[in-house]
Amino acid sequence: MGFTLAELMVSAASRVFDNDGEVLATGIGLLPRLAASVAMRTSNPDLMMTDSQSFMLSSPNPVSGMKNHAQQANENWMGFARIFDNVWSGKRHALVGPSQIDRYGQTNISALGGTYAAPKVQLLGVRGFPGNSIRHANSFFVPKHSKRVFVEGECDVVCSIGYNPSRLPKGYEMGDVDIRQIITDLCVMDFTGPDFQISIRSLHPGVTIEEVRDNTGFELAVADNLSVTKAPTPEQLVIMAELDPENLRARQIKDNPPGVRVTQDEDA
Amino acid sequence: MDKLASAEQALSVIESGMTVGIGGWGPRRKPMSLIRGLLRSDVTDLTLVAYGGADVGLLCAAGKVKRVIFAFVSLDFMPLEPAFRQARESGSIDVTELDEGMLLLGLRAAAWGLPFIPTSVGLGTDVIRNAPAIKVIESPYDDKEWVAMPALPLDVALVHATRADDSGVCEISSPDHYMDDWFVRAANHSIVSVDEIVDKRYFANSEVARRVYWERNCTQAVVHQPGGAHPTSSDPLYGFDVRHFKHYGELIAEGGYASWAERYLGLNESSYQDAVGGLEAIQSLALPVY
Repeated sequence: MGFTLAELMVSAASRVFDNDGEVLATGIGLLPRLAASVAMRTSNPDLMMTDSQSFMLSSPNPVSGMKNHAQQANENWMGFARIFDNVWSGKRHALVGPSQIDRYGQTNISALGGTYAAPKVQLLGVRGFPGNSIRHANSFFVPKHSKRVFVEGECDVVCSIGYNPSRLPKGYEMGDVDIRQIITDLCVMDFTGPDFQISIRSLHPGVTIEEVRDNTGFELAVADNLSVTKAPTPEQLVIMAELDPENLRARQIKDNPPGVRVTQDEDA
Repeated sequence: MDKLASAEQALSVIESGMTVGIGGWGPRRKPMSLIRGLLRSDVTDLTLVAYGGADVGLLCAAGKVKRVIFAFVSLDFMPLEPAFRQARESGSIDVTELDEGMLLLGLRAAAWGLPFIPTSVGLGTDVIRNAPAIKVIESPYDDKEWVAMPALPLDVALVHATRADDSGVCEISSPDHYMDDWFVRAANHSIVSVDEIVDKRYFANSEVARRVYWERNCTQAVVHQPGGAHPTSSDPLYGFDVRHFKHYGELIAEGGYASWAERYLGLNESSYQDAVGGLEAIQSLALPVY
């Protein structure tokens, strides 16, 4: 079955939840949310998910084509204040798309450039990133792997704690931070390199290590058992189509390229 | 005690330099008619505490704000709030940027009369580096360090509820009351705008009484303003006004606050509602679907 790069990324991102057990899966943004939803419908039915508003659901809502919230499968009321009551216990895995990620896995969604008093670009603010990063597991989703995202130095505003020895709080060990995987349009990475260095775990079909390195502002390790990112299963593709009937996933990655690259020779 | 007041009467307690907390969340259930009342007043140098949207954006753009204590300012479907963005990028306001949960802890500390609440949230991040007033402390019980999230006492809280009676019993029938209860509890004086006024007998129904999230001694003034949350939502009565927010974004980008104010603000809420198409149009705005 053919599949797009977006569907390959959703499939790979859904796998970050495979062994999580009964935790709240939060995907911020359409593709991350679809990935968490696919995981809940396939590999990990114990996952929990909200309607992005105020209820926990026993089955995920579609990410497109919803007319109203009346028919959704509510499980319990879950207002925003109550989110903290549950997730500060650690029982959550968030899949988020930061604007910047540095070599330590620190991220930024707050502001870019300039000074803190007058940034060049004001973004959202730190939102819940500081708490998320120190209280529960996180993975990252990057639609466009580039040096703009994977910055050379530290993030302009460090919104989440990473594996940075110089910022490690007193009484903490590096292993207390729990950043799992990074899914990009080129590859899947994790933090299994020496001293929690970011390491390429699998390359998407047709992508080379050089291409990933050329688009990353810092040194990357490469896993000993480096593989090619697994294609989405037919079941995953069916569920993606069911959860996204308006095919908004086709609009998330520029030009919606196929999941297996067409080489230039074949293209010509 | 009859707490019904006009917006003007109710807002007269707010003086320049005060700390004002604003309930709601991003583009949802903001006390916007009270914000517009502040925009029409001569108060200035405010410190705002909010899960912010156009409430924070407009007050910053109008030059009413000295400092914003925030975790985000966003309209959700428009991720970057245009007026807040201008204020930040021009360096015209001071900020204290907090994690969403730290802000909640600060309100709780104020409500409970505590100087601070310890938390691990913020450790290892620039939230601590950029806010030197927030201290990291030793624990008497373990060998770790902890953030001492200071209380965020409010001089005044502004929130929007669905209904209230004249004694200040307030119902929020939206799916989420957000942190409005903690804004009200953290405040010395709370002003609640509501879409509908009801008789106290309305609350005799236990299902309704379950949707009352703070007690009437936390509410000092009730302002009856149908459509008062516009352009934010007052679920289940009306959704947020996507078209208005987009126009607001264009006006702020092109001509700044003055062009928005000239087109929409008006001398009072009735002229504002006329400018945005009338109360019926507000009340027929569709609810958002996520």
